[in-house]
Parts: sequence; C-alpha cells; structure tokens
Amino acid sequence: MYLLWIELSRVGTMFNFMTEKAIKEAGKVIEKPLVQMIQIKKTFSGIPANDCVDFTLKEGSVHGLLGENGAGKTTLMNILFGLYEPDSGKVLIKGEPVKIHSPLDAMNLKIGMVHQHFMLVKTLTVTENIMLGIKSTRTPFLDTRMIRNRIIELSGKYGLDIDPDAKIWQLSVGQQQRVEILTAIFKGADILILDEPTAVLTPGESEDLFSILRELRNSGIGIILISHKLEEILAIADEVTILRNGVKTGETLVTPSTTKQELTRMMVGRDVLFNFTGKDVNIGKECLSLDHLCAIDDRGVQVLQDVSFSIKDGEILGLAGVDGNGQKELCQILTGLRKTTGGTIHLYDQDLLTMTPKQCIDNKIFHIPEDRQKSGLIMDWDVQKNLILKNYDSKSISGRFCLSEQRIGEQADTMIQEYNIKTPGREEVVKKLSGGNQQKIILAREMEGDPELLIASHPTRGLDIGAMEYVRQRILDQKANGAAILLVSADLEEIFQLSDRIAVIYNGRIMGIVSPDAGISKIGMLMAGIMETENVGVDA
Amino acid sequence: MSNNLYIDFMISLLAGTIRISIPILLPALGQIYTQRSGILNLGVEGIMIIGALSGFVGAFFTGSLWFGVFSAVVAGLLFSLIMGFLSITIKANQVIAGTALTILGTSLASFLYRVIFGIRKLPPIIDSFPSLNFLGLSKIPVIGPIFFNHNILVYLALFLVFFTWFVLEKTTFGLKVKAVGEFPRAADSKGIRVGLIRYICVAIGGMYAGLGGAFMSIGYMDTYMDHMIAGRGFIAVSVVIFSRWDPKRALFAALLFGGANVLQMRLQSIGVNIPNQFLLALPYVLTILVLVGVSKKVAFPSAFTIPYSRNSK
Ligand SMILES: Nc1ncnc2c1ncn2[C@@H]1O[C@H](COP(=O)(O)OP(=O)(O)OP(=O)(O)O)[C@@H](O)[C@H]1O
Ligand SMILES: [Mg+2]
Repeated sequence: MYLLWIELSRVGTMFNFMTEKAIKEAGKVIEKPLVQMIQIKKTFSGIPANDCVDFTLKEGSVHGLLGENGAGKTTLMNILFGLYEPDSGKVLIKGEPVKIHSPLDAMNLKIGMVHQHFMLVKTLTVTENIMLGIKSTRTPFLDTRMIRNRIIELSGKYGLDIDPDAKIWQLSVGQQQRVEILTAIFKGADILILDEPTAVLTPGESEDLFSILRELRNSGIGIILISHKLEEILAIADEVTILRNGVKTGETLVTPSTTKQELTRMMVGRDVLFNFTGKDVNIGKECLSLDHLCAIDDRGVQVLQDVSFSIKDGEILGLAGVDGNGQKELCQILTGLRKTTGGTIHLYDQDLLTMTPKQCIDNKIFHIPEDRQKSGLIMDWDVQKNLILKNYDSKSISGRFCLSEQRIGEQADTMIQEYNIKTPGREEVVKKLSGGNQQKIILAREMEGDPELLIASHPTRGLDIGAMEYVRQRILDQKANGAAILLVSADLEEIFQLSDRIAVIYNGRIMGIVSPDAGISKIGMLMAGIMETENVGVDA
Repeated sequence: MSNNLYIDFMISLLAGTIRISIPILLPALGQIYTQRSGILNLGVEGIMIIGALSGFVGAFFTGSLWFGVFSAVVAGLLFSLIMGFLSITIKANQVIAGTALTILGTSLASFLYRVIFGIRKLPPIIDSFPSLNFLGLSKIPVIGPIFFNHNILVYLALFLVFFTWFVLEKTTFGLKVKAVGEFPRAADSKGIRVGLIRYICVAIGGMYAGLGGAFMSIGYMDTYMDHMIAGRGFIAVSVVIFSRWDPKRALFAALLFGGANVLQMRLQSIGVNIPNQFLLALPYVLTILVLVGVSKKVAFPSAFTIPYSRNSK
C-alpha cells in the first residue's frame, strides 16, 4: 500500500498536480470544499434535467451520485465539466466562483472526467487518444515515444493491461473503459468525475480500481462517482447525493450502518427486493449447440478457440468473463454477423453458420447487443421507430398496406410504460435520452415477442436498480416461455441470480462449465484464467 | 512514328503530366486538411479562380511573381473563410454552401477582371515563373527534361506533399484535426476547440487552393482567363477521396489525372482519329470511373459534413 502511495504521488509530481505545497495543504484542515454547485438549473426543450440542485464535494473524499436512469446525474456532471452551460446557478471551485465554458476551462481547474459514453476516437490508437488530451512537451510536434512509454509503465503499474498501439475500434468495451481511466490518471486532476466507471468491469477489476481511487483520495483528490451499484457506493463513498427527476432528494454521509435499502428508498421511493419468480422451469430439448468453434477477430488474431457448449429450451447459460475474451465475437457469430474459421453451430437441426442476420432474426434468435449506441439504436430516430426497428414487418403494427402509425404509437406507449422509459414522449429523438433510458429501448424491443434463443449481452449494464429488477424478471419470464438463453455478463451477481449453468470464458476458450453451486471464488479464478488441477466438472 | 519522335513524344507527355498535375495536387493537399477535419468544401473551384486572378493581378501590377503568389494565398484564405462561416458558424449544408461559393468565385473573378483590365483585344500577359535547370541537370537526356526542367512552384508543390504528411502525422495539430473529423465530441471533451480547428483547416485548404489557382495564371499560362481552372477544383476533391486522405497517394492520383489530361491534349495535337470531344472528356470520365470504383471501399471521417454543436447529444 505504502509503495503504491509513493508511486502515485510520484505520478502526481510528474504531472504537476500534487506539488509538495499541495500535499502539505492537503494535510491541513481545509474549510473550503473543492466543488460547490449552487442552485443549478438546466432544462432541455422545456423539461428540467436539473432543477435547483446543490452539490458539494469535499477535499479528499469520494462522493457518490445516485439516482434512477434519467435523474440528471450525467447532466449535472457535464455542467461541472463545461460540456453544458447551466441556465442558472453558480459553481465554486475551492471557494472561488468560476465560469466553466468548456472542458478546457474544466481541465485548467484540474477537473478530469471519465465519461459514461466513451470519449475515444475510434480510428486512433490508444497513445494518440491520450496525446489528444495533454500538452506535448515537444509542441508543435508529437512526443509519441515518451507518452507511449508512460502508458506502458502506468498500465503495468495498475494492471490495466493496455496495448498502446491498438486502435480503439479493436478494443472491447471493457478495454476502452480502462483506456479512459488511464487517460484520467495520466492527466492528473484535483477533482475526478467518474460516470459509471465500473459498469463494464468485473468485481475483481472494480476492486483494483477502487484501491486506486482510495489512494487518490488519500492524497487529497476529490472524486465524484456515479454508479448504480449500491454495494460499490457503500464500499467506497464517504457521502452521497441523491437525485430524482432532476431534483436533489437527499444527501447523507455513508457510515458503516448505512444500508442498501435506505439508499434505494431515497432513489426509487420503494424497496427493491430481487424476489424473482419462475426460476423452476422444465428444461426441454437442445436448442443451440456449438462444437469446436474457432474464429479470428478484426486484427486476424485468434479470438475463439474450440468453444463447445449447448443450451436447452428453458435453460439459462451464463457466460461469465472479463470483457474482451471473445464474448463480442461469439455473439456476432451467433447472430450471423461474423464468419468462423472452424467448428459447427446448430440451432435445433439447422446449420446456423449458413444463416444471414435476417434469417437469424426469422429463426427467432434475439440479441441484446453489447455496444448499444452503435449497434442497437438509430440515434437520430425517435423512440417509437427504434422500438419497432426489428418487427417492422410484423402484422401487429401494420395496416392493410402500410405501417399503421396508430398501432406503432400504441405499442410504443405500452412499452414505454412497461419499461418505465423516461422520455418526454414517443416522438423524442433517441440520442437525447439518458444513457440508461436508451438501453431500456433496446431491451423493450428485443424482449418483445417469443424468442427461441435469446442472447443477452450485459442486459442490465447501466440500468438503475428498479429497472434491473424488472429486466431480470423479464429474462426469467422468457425462460418460463421455453426460450434458450445465453446470458453474457461480467456482473457475477446477475450471473448467479439467473443462470442454470455457468460457462466461464477466458482468452477465447471455455475454461469450464459449472453449476452455480460452485461458488463465486471458483468462477472468479476461472475468469482470471486460473484452472485448478482437480477435475473442473465440465458437463458440456 | 519514328523512334526519335516517339521518345520526344513520351518525354513531353511525362514532363507535361508532372506540370499539369500540380494545379490538381495543390488544392487536393489543402482539402486533405479540410476533409480530415470533417468538412467537404466544394467551393475549391471558386477559390482557385479567385487565386488565379489575385495571383495574376498581384504579379501584373507589382512586377513581382512572388508578390503574386502571396496575394493568391491570402485571397484564397480570405475567400475560404466564407465557407468556414457558412459551414461552421451557421452550420449550413456543406454541399450547398460549397456550390454557392464556386458560383460566387467564378462570377466574382470574371467581374473583377473586367473592372480591373477593361475590355481588351489582346489579354494582358506577364512572364510566368521560369523553368529551373539545376546547374545543368536539366540537360541530362530524357531524365533532365522530365524531372529537372520545371519552375519553382512545381518543386514547392512536391515539397508540400511531404509537409502535409508531416503535419498530419507528426504534429499535435494534425492529431487534433483527425480527432475533430472523427469524433468532435471527444475532441471537445479533451479541450480541443472543434470550431477553431475546423476554421483553420478550411483556411489552410483555401491557401493551398489559392496557390493552385496562381499556378495556373502565373506558373503555367502567363495570363488570366475566366475558364482556366476548368473543373480542376472538383477533380481535386475527388482526388482527396480517391487517395483516402493520404498526401502521398494524392500525389499519385493527381499524376494519374494530370496524365489523362496531357495524353488527351497530345493526342489531339498529333491528330489521332478520335473525335476530340471524346478526348476532352477523358479526364472527367476517368474521375467518375475512379470514384465509382473507390468510393464504396473508403471509410470517410465519421463526422464528415456533420456540423458540431455541443448541446445536441
Ligand atoms: N442534450 C440533451 N438534449 C435533450 N435532453 C437531454 C439532453 N441531455 C440529457 N437530456 C435529458 O435530461 C434527463 C437527464 O439525463 P441524464 O443523462 O443526466 O440522466 P442520468 O441521471 O445520467 O441517467 P442514466 O443513469 O440513465 O445515465 C433525461 O431525461 C434526458 O432525456
Ligand atoms: Mg448518465
């Protein structure tokens, strides 16, 4: 621990954000909070996203920001980071009133932000992306080599495992997130905003991140953490602020006696229990079977190797694994979007490898994709059109010759209600919704109807606790309907709550398929690629 | 054709190819910056003709060719700012804004020319940039006339190929340009001023185009004529796409189009038995064919032709 602290303060001095003076000051009693946001108001087309919100961040503390999807958390932080200008209200940094007009202003005030939706340029490399945000020591020329070495160094130090020369588009969501975190650490900041940083990390990775955050906090940095995972908030936050419908509904210190229920009630206004029904279903005949499947990724590297498993009707197979171990490619293959280099896949007795994506849909393979903004939504279309995107040729929404506006609208309204999608109306453009609400649209669309095979990639990532409960119950309903379900998730809680069997993927190989009784620690080890010598109990 | 004549024909074809590819290459290099930053400027044609006129006027009245070059570059810059204003500040449709700029440039140049020089029987002329001979290197048979017997602007343009590549790949500015064209929101979140970078890129594109225009009037033709740009601005835009925003590839693409042009002229002058309308159309047909073949495969910058505003998600 002590060593890590030294390392970190060295990083600090190097980038000049924790000079010796600052460290001394951090030791003193500081009266002035790092950030004070007073009566912040921001409306989007007449609807308030933040309504007279007060927010205070103290030096050397981790401040949790909680609230349902669409409560206004991201909006508030975007204001602090200069991405939006508030309609009214004041921002004070270390007691000084400031006007933050742009992220550049924010960065000059030593504010760093890791965004909910990655702010990475896909066609550039990791190194180039990081260089974008910092001043080159050799201006106007790039100091690629130096930055690259630093990245390797930092990435090794914090176990981020990032290849500095990889292009961003080649990385999985989880890896991209780690690049974002690295960027923030790299730049150094007094105030660090993290918008749902752990949504894509495994429990182990989150722990690693948290120990970094704790060290940063101990050196006097203030951290704002938006998260829907209340355990995390309880584990790391010193205090929390809770928003609901754009209004601040509570602020409290986190003490050892604070409970999840308390926070949930402040957020949702009711208890969320995760009491699921329909877990016990008769498991039917084999629906999907994979035999020695192999594939390469966009870079030509082997991503899947001899993957074999099967799923029966009414069964949920959890696929646990750290992002970037081949899950993305596997899902693409199962939906007809990627070619394989070997092996077979059968859907009942049909050969799935010869199917086009459209045929996959016609054969009732439903898919909730990993990167929802890119492959799940048309951001410039309105909510109702996105909701019917897949069933555009279904009878239920057509008139005699053309689509029936009225039926589309009615169906959309039902879905909006069922999934509690927070939107001004069904005609709102999707890109204007909050992150969690965009996800709900895909979920509503993909869970509608009755699939033979449902592939759910991280179905509740980014959802608030109420929505999470609802979606998990819907997955179980589909199971009760006899669907075979492949649940890809990095969230072990989810995997354990829902799965009948758990397959663990690591480096493109199935490390083992075990029953949930095997316990978290066993799965955790398999996820990290550690295979025990004793019999793993494979039952593929 | 006798052997000697054949060699002469080839030499003049190749030397001509290099020379006539320059007024395509220069604006294309400039548009690489502009397009990389996410802006399609179809006004290049108009900027070039303004550059051609300003270069000629500057050189004609001061007697200094270099002052002509300077005026053309400045005029190109200023004129392109109209495009910047329309596409960045006003966020107008870029295709419409660019087309309007071309129409404006073409008519403005022709109007100003008549205001400045009046109606004359013989057009005013100047002595354009002389050919260099590199201490006699130009006398080397075959190689000499092809490579070492051009004027200084040709070599300047070739240097700019390297320069443009260097700026885009090795400088912080180049990196910012690419980020702004691909994902302006991310660039913005890193403190890069998207609008400013785009303005600069449009302006650089204008300067290169102005220089390209001046090459026509004071580096190639000795005079100014209303139709002297003859679609080269548009060809430059397609060269940029064809070359996938890479300066080195742009050089080869420009040579290809230049070659088609020269071949067409030389074939006409030696009187081959093809109707000259077909020959005249050759470079343009080539442009269309190449674009049809290539454009399916190229990956445009993600934010190409999309205005950026911070408040819209
Ligand atoms: N640029 C925008 N234009 C229009 N409406 C917006 C915009 N940004 C946010 N909103 C609206 O403001 C509200 C709050 O959104 P915000 O993104 O802050 O929610 P959030 O608390 O971060 O939710 P989540 O947990 O889903 O990320 C939402 O209803 C959203 O539709
Ligand atoms: Mg959010």
